[in-house]
Amino acid sequence: MSTMIETAERPAPNLIRQPSGTINDLAIRVGTVNGSGSQSANLVLLRSLHRMGIPCSGKNVFPSNIEGLPTWFHIRASAKGYVGHRLDPQILVCMNAQTADDDVRQLKPGSICIYRDELHLADLRDDVTFFSVPFSRLVEEAYPAEAGDKGYRDKLRKVINMVYVGVVSYVVGIDFDAIEWSIRREFPGRKAKAAEINIAAARTGHAWAEANLPRNLPYRVERMDATNGQVLIEGNRAAAIGAMFGGASVLTWYPITPSSSLAEYLEEMLKKYRTRPDGKRTFTVVQAEDELAAIGMAVGAGWAGARAITATAGPGISLMAEFVGLAYFAEIPVVIVDVQRMGPSTGLPTRTSQGDILKLHYLGHGDCKHIVLIPGSVGECYSMAIEALDLAQRFQTPVFMATDLDLGMNLWLTSSFEYPTKPIDHGKLLSAEDLERLGGFERYRDIDADGVCYRTVPGTEHPLAAYFTRGTGHNEKSGYSERPEDWKRNLDRLARKLETARCALPEPVIDEPRRTSVGIVAYGGTHYAIVESRDALRERGLDTSYCRLRALPVHDAVIDFIDRHDRVYVVEQNRDAQVATILKTVVPPRLVDRIRSITHYSGTPIAVENVAPAILAREGLTESTNGHGGERLARKSDEPTTE
Amino acid sequence: MAASEAKVSVRTFDGRSLALPVVAFQGSASTLCKGCGHNSITSALIDACKAVGVDPYRTVKLSGIGCSSKTPAYFLQASHGFNALHGRMPSVATGASLANHRLLCIGISGDGDTANIGLGQFKHACRRNLPIVYIVENNGCYGLTKGQFSATADLHQHLRRETGEENLNSPFDLCLEAICGGATYVARSFAGDKKQLLPLLKGALKHKGTAFLDIISPCVTFNDFPSSTKSWEWARDHEEPLQELGFVPRLDEIEVEQKAGQSTRVQMHDGAWITLRALHHDELDVTCRASAMKLLAETKTNEELLTGLFYADTRRDNFIDTLNVVDEPLASLQQDDLRPSKDVLDTIMSML
Repeated sequence: MSTMIETAERPAPNLIRQPSGTINDLAIRVGTVNGSGSQSANLVLLRSLHRMGIPCSGKNVFPSNIEGLPTWFHIRASAKGYVGHRLDPQILVCMNAQTADDDVRQLKPGSICIYRDELHLADLRDDVTFFSVPFSRLVEEAYPAEAGDKGYRDKLRKVINMVYVGVVSYVVGIDFDAIEWSIRREFPGRKAKAAEINIAAARTGHAWAEANLPRNLPYRVERMDATNGQVLIEGNRAAAIGAMFGGASVLTWYPITPSSSLAEYLEEMLKKYRTRPDGKRTFTVVQAEDELAAIGMAVGAGWAGARAITATAGPGISLMAEFVGLAYFAEIPVVIVDVQRMGPSTGLPTRTSQGDILKLHYLGHGDCKHIVLIPGSVGECYSMAIEALDLAQRFQTPVFMATDLDLGMNLWLTSSFEYPTKPIDHGKLLSAEDLERLGGFERYRDIDADGVCYRTVPGTEHPLAAYFTRGTGHNEKSGYSERPEDWKRNLDRLARKLETARCALPEPVIDEPRRTSVGIVAYGGTHYAIVESRDALRERGLDTSYCRLRALPVHDAVIDFIDRHDRVYVVEQNRDAQVATILKTVVPPRLVDRIRSITHYSGTPIAVENVAPAILAREGLTESTNGHGGERLARKSDEPTTE
Repeated sequence: MAASEAKVSVRTFDGRSLALPVVAFQGSASTLCKGCGHNSITSALIDACKAVGVDPYRTVKLSGIGCSSKTPAYFLQASHGFNALHGRMPSVATGASLANHRLLCIGISGDGDTANIGLGQFKHACRRNLPIVYIVENNGCYGLTKGQFSATADLHQHLRRETGEENLNSPFDLCLEAICGGATYVARSFAGDKKQLLPLLKGALKHKGTAFLDIISPCVTFNDFPSSTKSWEWARDHEEPLQELGFVPRLDEIEVEQKAGQSTRVQMHDGAWITLRALHHDELDVTCRASAMKLLAETKTNEELLTGLFYADTRRDNFIDTLNVVDEPLASLQQDDLRPSKDVLDTIMSML
């Protein structure tokens, strides 16, 4: 061999200090350059693990950039089903010179670093196993230039990624059959030639590794049978499927990361599955000029009887605020999906967050309070999108669905979605025949004492159908009114309506096998870090119960959960403990002091390391926490760590 | 027979004939200032709707915020109305059309609502050729917030009174903007010239795309001093003896009758004047977008407001036509259409 890896001569077990070897508990991180075509290679690794029956997940940590900036792909495979973010990889693949040094310095001792031979990383540390791989030479061997192929260099730049797939597959023991299957899946049909080229590249990488790297490396995977019937899907695609089966008929949107793919998936599916044989569509999709227009169109459509939906992210939510307030007050059904990201303006548009929750719940001006559904899995992205469309009609109000970039844009394992069993809900809608029978209606009169009034839509052919919709003060007949009693009565009824809705929203999911003094409340994509944290805490002797909040306003079951525990840690991905803040406003005063916060807000998805050590410290079970997960502790020294 | 018992015959979308009482076309009493040009427009609009047989059950009235935007309450009470957000009427109208393409949208806006806060949505509606009758009741100022300049305020106009702050920014000509944006029926008229306004409104109600009408509508309260072109006084200094003007008592609605090709100077409530010149049919080929824009650009410098129909294109598809939706309104679709079968879900899942 012309190129020898620096460490190949030494037996691996002596090198790998910590953690010791694992089977089916794998974390790989691949550092590449954005736009270099590494996505296919990373998906091949992920799908191969899935193919081997091991629970897994893939996260694309990418910059706000089209080409040139660093990007990382995190792959996790776990027999225990831990598919949340993990801070430290065991295997690092360095393809990007820009970040390689930093990435290596952050590794835990005992990790393995696979890198392009020209990067010269091996001198950086002596507690990491380095495998220098001649990627450039290998890819040219696997994919020789064809005469006259002007795009050869560009193609080579992409195919080189499949060489690391081959190397990694050897290092961790992924079956090459699974790799081959995944490559063919990635390059189907007319791309068959590309598939063969990529398979050759992966095989070359694998063969080289077999010939040059030690056997029995410590981080291994083995076939298991835990992914049968499960699929990998992003939350945005899942939500789009839900919206289609939920009967969305009008989608109006404006591009914004990380929500754009939701709208694009939905449009793609509507075109495919909601077009009649004669080519006519049972839907419309409009890419609006901005978020103001996107929500304006959705509100106009909802008012006129459509099942309208829009998708956006934080800055778009801000632009939609005025219309959402109007829709709340004028009582117009509309669904708004917020795929949350970090920060204002551009902020960190490609990094995840749960920082919009408080704003969503109260968005508007004057007194507003909204229904917010918070899916905690891709499966719930699907089912809650269906539910959101029904709830909006049923309660004639804006309904938010709050997901986040991590859930929305990354691939998660899920069982196949279930076909909806509840019929589509059109709410309290009066037809011309109803009006004839009733002899009229008053738009804002609470006939049923549930706060939800009857409505008509334009186009109803009856002299008593019309009413005037306005943001200005109105009485029960929808007439203009500035009378204090009319205004207050209306606001009180809206509160009653929301109370009716509260009891109809998804209940929290509570896991409380036995009585514990410590409870955890979390929501959304934070769920996965909690699952793992509870096991970690149990190993340290701390039993916890878990309540996963799924909707706002807060369900009574959440309050009862808090009441059953001495200390409740509300774990969320924002700085100011937004849901903890909401909870403190709805629990009885005696429970307020039981609510504590664990927050994470760096833009990376929350990991077990951000949760378990913080809870242990607050419970007095460790001396202190440092580094990850300690942000909140460091700032809130005034809070008691134990009861 | 009393007027309220009179019937108006209208034709439904599917060709049926309905006889509706006149009151279906009327609205509640105006709460605008007495003598406001907007009231004249409302009255002309009611007449136009009756004359063309607009089906109120399939008409929606939409507006933004401002004095003008209150007017949908004053006509077509048998139609659903929506007083939406400042400058955002076009998006709400777009949504209503998406939900139900059979609806006739009548959007009422003002100069602040359209030329200032809503310029973006206005021009995007034009660009899409949204099927809508889009009326701007243009008085060059903000009424509800007490007289501030709008983007159609004249250059060098003074705020509220002769000694008020001077406007140093040139106005938008909304007709020019509409044509430039892609509207397919663009006209200007004067609130008080019912003879000109009525046919323009009727034409707009029959048009299948964006029908934009910039209607100069004097504000009796905040823009009625001599130097404003949207007041009476301005016109007095430009009066030419070509046009007989009836004396209009202060605080009554202003009425004029323009003659094609001639300038008409109109005295506003405070005695100020404006000059209108109704387009002569020889002056312009209304099917030619470029010549309409050229004419408007030229008259912008002439201190007169050209009125009449500037541009009409009846061939271009409107926005809804381009969407290829099913014949029935999306709003009336039921589960069979809205929810694909379980087989579809299974297919989608099997492809993941």
